[in-house]
Amino acid sequence: MKILFALITVLILSLAAFTGVEYLHMEYVFGIVIPYAAFIIFIAGFTAKIFYWAKSPVPFNITTTAGQQKSLKWIKSDHFENPSGSFGVIGRMFMEIFFFRSLFRNTKAGLVKSSKSESFKPGYASDKSLWLGGLMFHWSFLYILIRHLRFFLYPIPSAIVTLEKFDSMFQIGLPIFYLTDAILLLSVTFLFLRRVFIPQVKYISLIADFIPLFLILAIAFSGIMMRYVSRVDVIGVKELVMSLTSFSPALPEKVSSVFYVHFFLVSSLFMYFPFSKLMHMGGVFFSPTRNMTGDSRRIRHVNPWNYSVKVHSYEEYEDEFREAMKGAGLPLDKE
Amino acid sequence: MFKMYSKIKVFTGVFIFLALATFPFWNKVFIVSKTNYEMPDANIKPALAFARENGFSGCIEDRAFMRAKHMKLLNHWRNEVVRENKKTYINSKGEHFNKSLTGTCLKCHSNKEEFCDSCHTSAGVKPYCFDCHITGIQNTNQLNSKAEAIHEIK
Ligand code: HEC
Ligand code: HEC
Ligand code: HEC
Repeated sequence: MKILFALITVLILSLAAFTGVEYLHMEYVFGIVIPYAAFIIFIAGFTAKIFYWAKSPVPFNITTTAGQQKSLKWIKSDHFENPSGSFGVIGRMFMEIFFFRSLFRNTKAGLVKSSKSESFKPGYASDKSLWLGGLMFHWSFLYILIRHLRFFLYPIPSAIVTLEKFDSMFQIGLPIFYLTDAILLLSVTFLFLRRVFIPQVKYISLIADFIPLFLILAIAFSGIMMRYVSRVDVIGVKELVMSLTSFSPALPEKVSSVFYVHFFLVSSLFMYFPFSKLMHMGGVFFSPTRNMTGDSRRIRHVNPWNYSVKVHSYEEYEDEFREAMKGAGLPLDKE
Repeated sequence: MFKMYSKIKVFTGVFIFLALATFPFWNKVFIVSKTNYEMPDANIKPALAFARENGFSGCIEDRAFMRAKHMKLLNHWRNEVVRENKKTYINSKGEHFNKSLTGTCLKCHSNKEEFCDSCHTSAGVKPYCFDCHITGIQNTNQLNSKAEAIHEIK
C-alpha cells in the first residue's frame, strides 16, 4: 500500500510533466517557472530548517563513546571514538559524513555461528550491506551531481571533464556509458529491495521513505533514457540552463519532452527536500552524538533550558535566623 | 526572542551551503565575468555548400535528428562496418552513404574545429575517435573524388 502510493505519486509527477509539455506545450512552466520556484523553496526551506534546528537546545552531553575517554595521563585514550577536543570531533564528523563510519558498525540480529562449536546461537552479526549500499548510492549521486555542472558552467573546468573521462573509462558505446549511472541504479534498487524483503525494515518503512527512493529512481531512469535511448539536443538543454542561471530565461527551440520530465522530477526533489528526511544532508551536522566532545567528566554540561531556581543556602538561612537559633541554643556555623 | 546555539558555526555552515548551492549563478559574475553564454555556432556553411554542389539534400538525416543522435548513428556505423562488414547506409530519403567517419562526415563537414568541436567544447565532451581517425590525411588525398567517396563505391 505504502509502496504503491509512493509509486503512483511519482508516476503522476512524471506523467504531468510529459503531458504538460508534449500536448499542452507548457514548456515555459516546466522549463522556467517551476525550476526557479523549486530552487527558491529549496534554498529558503533548507536555511529555515537549519536555523530552526540551531534554536533547539541540547540538554545533555550525549556523545557516543565507543572508546576510552581522556582522563589520567597514563591511561591511553581514544581520540577518535571518544574525542576530547575539537580536533577529534572534526575527524569524527569527517569520517561520518564521507564514509558513514557509524553505519559500518551496523549489526543484524539472527542466528550466529559461535566461534567455538559448530552450533548456531541467537545473537548479533555484522551487517555491512546497508553501509555499502548507502555509500555507493551517495557517492555516485554526488559524482553525478558534480558531473552535471557541465550544463551550468562555461567554460567547463577541466576537473569536470576529467571526472567525466574517468566515469566513461571503459568507452562502452556512444554516447559513452557512465559507470556511476549503473552504480546509482544498482544501489538505489538495493536500498529499495531492502525495505521490501526484510520484514522488520518493511514494517518501519513509511511512505516518506519510499517517495525519495522512487523519485530518485525515476530521475535516474529518465536521465538514462534521455542519454542513451531517446536522446535530446544537449546543446539546447545547455542553452536553457545557462539562460536560467544568468536570469534571462529563454526556451530553446525543440528539446524532447523526456528532458522536461527529468527536469520536473529534479525540481520536485528540490521542492520536497527541506520537508523530508532528505534534510539529513544538513541534519548530520546537528547530530549531538557525533558533534559533541566526550568531555562529560571534565566539563559540566549545563542544560540550557534549565530555568534559574531560587536557592536559599544554609548560610543565608543561618543569617536570617541567627538570633532565634542562638536563643534556642542551637549550634551555629558562624558565631 | 529566540536563542540560537553555536551561532558562528551555524552561520558559517549556512554560508557555505548557500555559496555552493548558488554557485552556477554567481560564478558568471565573479569568476568568469561573463554573464552571457553564447550558443556554439557550429558553422554549417561549408557543408551546405558542398551538399548543394554535389546533389545531397542535406545531412545524413534531418537536422534535429543529427543534433541529438549523431553519436548513436556513428556508433551504429562503426559496429556495422567493423563487425558485420555492412558499409552502405541508406537514409530515410533513400540516399546512399558510405559508413565512414572521416570518409563521409568529415568530407562535408571538412571544418572539424569550427563544426564538431565548437559544440563539443560547449557540452564538455571530447570524442576519442580522432586519436586514431586522422582527419588531415583523409582530407588532402583525392580531393576531387570526395563526393564519390561519400556515395558508397564498392
Ligand atoms: C550541434 C552540436 C554538435 C555538432 C555540430 C556535433 N556534435 Fe558531436 N556531440 C554533441 C553533443 C552535445 C555531444 C554529447 C552528448 C551527450 O553528452 O549526451 C556529442 C557527442 C559526440 C560523440 C560521443 C562522444 C562521447 O564521449 O560520448 C561523438 C563521437 C561525436 N559527438 C561526434 C561528432 C562529430 C564527428 C561531429 C562533426 C562531424 C559532431 N559530433 C558534431 C554535439 C554536437
Ligand atoms: C552530404 C553532406 C553531409 C554529410 C555526409 C554529413 N553532413 Fe552533417 N550536415 C550537413 C548539412 C548540409 C547540415 C546542415 C543542416 C541541414 O540543413 O540539414 C548538417 C548538419 C549536421 C549537424 C547539425 C548541426 C547543427 O548545428 O544543427 C550535425 C550534428 C551533423 N551534421 C553531423 C554529421 C555527422 C556526425 C555526419 C556523419 C555521420 C554528417 N553530419 C555527415 C551535411 C552533411
Ligand atoms: C583505437 C583506434 C580507434 C579509435 C579510438 C576509434 N576508431 Fe573507429 N576505426 C578504427 C579502425 C582500425 C577501424 C577499421 C577500419 C576498417 O576496417 O576499414 C575503424 C572504423 C570505424 C568506422 C567505419 C569505417 C570508417 O571509415 O570510418 C567508423 C564509422 C568508426 N570507426 C567510428 C569511430 C568513432 C565514432 C570513434 C569514436 C567514438 C572511433 N571510431 C574511434 C580505429 C579506431
